[in-house]
Amino acid sequence: MFGYAGKILYVDLATGKTRTEKLSEETAKKYVGGIGLGMHLWLSNTKTRMDAFSPENPLVLALGPLSGTMFPTGGNGHAFISKSPATGGVAEAVAHGTFGTELKRAGYDAVVMTGKAEKPVYLFIDDDSVKLRDASHIWGRSPGEADDVIRDELGDYYIRVAAIGLAGEKLSKISGILNDKTHVAGRTGLGAVMGSKNLKAIAVRGTCDVAVAKPAEFLDLVQEFHERMKGPAAKKYRTLGSIESLSINNDLTCMPTNNYEMAHFMNADKISGEVLNEHFVIKIIACNSCAMRCEHEAIIREGAYKGTMTRLEYDNVWALGPNCGIDQPNFIIKAAERCYYYGLDATSTGVAISFLMDCHEKGLLSHEQLEGIDPHFGNANALVNLIEKIGKREGIGGILADGVKVAAETIGKNSAELAQHIKGLEVTGYDLRCLKTAALGAAVSFRGADHTRSGVLVLDLKGIVESLKAEVGRGKLVKEFEDVTNLLDSLMICKNAKGTFYGELVDIAKVYSITTGIEVTPEEMAVAGQRIQTLAKLINTRGGLTREDDTLPWKVMNKPVPDDGPAKGSVVTKEELDLLLDDYYQARGWTKQGLPTKTQLKELGLEAYADIVKED
Amino acid sequence: MVTLHDRKFISADSDKCVGCQICEYACSFSHEKVFNAVKSRIRVVRARQIKNIAVTCRKCQEPACVAACPRDALSQSLETGNIIIDKDQCNGCGWCIEACDYGAMMMHPETKTVYVCDLCQYKPDGPQCVKWCPEEALTVVTSDVLAQKARLSAIKKLFQDKDET
Repeated sequence: MFGYAGKILYVDLATGKTRTEKLSEETAKKYVGGIGLGMHLWLSNTKTRMDAFSPENPLVLALGPLSGTMFPTGGNGHAFISKSPATGGVAEAVAHGTFGTELKRAGYDAVVMTGKAEKPVYLFIDDDSVKLRDASHIWGRSPGEADDVIRDELGDYYIRVAAIGLAGEKLSKISGILNDKTHVAGRTGLGAVMGSKNLKAIAVRGTCDVAVAKPAEFLDLVQEFHERMKGPAAKKYRTLGSIESLSINNDLTCMPTNNYEMAHFMNADKISGEVLNEHFVIKIIACNSCAMRCEHEAIIREGAYKGTMTRLEYDNVWALGPNCGIDQPNFIIKAAERCYYYGLDATSTGVAISFLMDCHEKGLLSHEQLEGIDPHFGNANALVNLIEKIGKREGIGGILADGVKVAAETIGKNSAELAQHIKGLEVTGYDLRCLKTAALGAAVSFRGADHTRSGVLVLDLKGIVESLKAEVGRGKLVKEFEDVTNLLDSLMICKNAKGTFYGELVDIAKVYSITTGIEVTPEEMAVAGQRIQTLAKLINTRGGLTREDDTLPWKVMNKPVPDDGPAKGSVVTKEELDLLLDDYYQARGWTKQGLPTKTQLKELGLEAYADIVKED
Repeated sequence: MVTLHDRKFISADSDKCVGCQICEYACSFSHEKVFNAVKSRIRVVRARQIKNIAVTCRKCQEPACVAACPRDALSQSLETGNIIIDKDQCNGCGWCIEACDYGAMMMHPETKTVYVCDLCQYKPDGPQCVKWCPEEALTVVTSDVLAQKARLSAIKKLFQDKDET
């Protein structure tokens, strides 16, 4: 096979036993790779509903056919798939860096990890040699520290490591899996799944060749994408970085501020992309194989937390900044660094803290619960203190460490109305009240609140559709965007590079065919996109999720945008949501309840899972 | 014979290098028709996140690798300065690897003999790592050119500082 390694590795963490299975060309073509292959492997290795923390819940690590090749961004990514402890549905998160490249060279397309180790261990995949090693000496250390210790003790600088932090060890449902120091498979609580298996880290060394089917054409394609990456499609990421969105969203009055109390942040100028780049960003670095480099490394040169260095993106700056009413860059940078240190999803962590601040300001918390912290919006010291407590799962941090849905259940008293999540996953930095196509995308996103699952918000932001209007037709748009995203996440193309695929399905089919030698048409790829979406739906359905879970946070539906501007007064009503959902399910060919039909499952080659939807 | 002043080698500008490792892909593909960093003649080192640099053979005068070889498997081309490896003579003992200050000599994972940068001497468009580097961080230089560059950038900085004050 070309592109693919042709091999799946199975590891039983309880016994240390391993085995490999061949990846057939048929399976490879059907599920593409990455999240598609990962969800297939998760479903085909489970039989019934289970707890996310049960040893039987497989943690699947999957690569795409481009992994290990020179194809920009596709060469380096990896996906984790499991059952999410946060949503009860599919856990899905991808990350880039160099880890995926190394795993492909070790000769695997995916690793399926089941069981639970008796004591803390790490998995060392060294080409054909796969061993569990003691991790008691790195248990409790940060992912970055674990990375250094492992490479040092194995004596190879080029070994690549994905690890969890203290938060994952303590089963925080907002913890992620980190690789290459600053790359996080952050969403849906995958760090906790890994922690529940007593698995601290996965270390990989690979020395095998990766070959493509049509080398000359492949290199021409790489050259073309290098050119595209140097052009307008990636300019934002190459210059100010995704943080540029802060001013854009704020000017459009669609930047959630103070836990969705507002959609505009008064002090945005203090933490704009321009300010952060000029005063804090010291270097922009790249992931393996990427020609557009977008990783903005920031350092605090003076003042509080001097010397702290971390990676800045729109997502962590928004979540830990405006979302908590905080305008002090030093504290935002420190908070971001602490999230990496503990192995937390910065987005969910910021939303958990803004939720607590909101509860406090509305008088829902007792003096005892607060333990001397005064978490009002804008209190930057409280932000950093709370992250320490969440990371260590101490006191009030323990309430927040499982995300806002669980925290609201503990706090009670209408606090659920302040919990900004969908399906148990915290929202991201785009106000869904005034971006209604994005609102639909977030409501139906299989992993919960997330703008990246479809990327459809670009239509709202650029005014391609009327962003304040909910109308028939948006369902089809969301479906089409999701299908493309599903494929890019299966080819492990970075979401920041999505803009370079302006030929969408045509580009995807071309890249796939040239790399693997398996000829596919854009139409076949579209079907694969639908198949991957259906796999996720099947996992969610088995987990107990229904149409009721394809919903929006209370504030999005009940608290109109208060800020002056074009979006003032906007909200997504129940009627609008129902209209959008009906339209989307119809575009997917699903039932009114949002379930695939048996006929459709058969057409997609998923009839083996028909029992999951037997209810209808 | 090339003199010390004419010797060409590949230099990486650490201010420009972002650690993307595209040079490694280009090198392994150019020499071995596969993507495999452990078969690349240039390797990237990331020391802390912000310090990145690609390292390869500097074509030293009186190279330590050649001197270290106990089997006379290594020699230096008088024409190009490239290190020539007699694969039949090399038994993979690794003395040359130990002798090289830059880590430019590497053991091939399959042949178990050493290999090193040859400036893509058979490629009409020159070293492939230089061609592919998206940041233009790699250049083929002589030591004189490097010194000139350093002088120019120092002077530019000096006057820039002056302009600002």
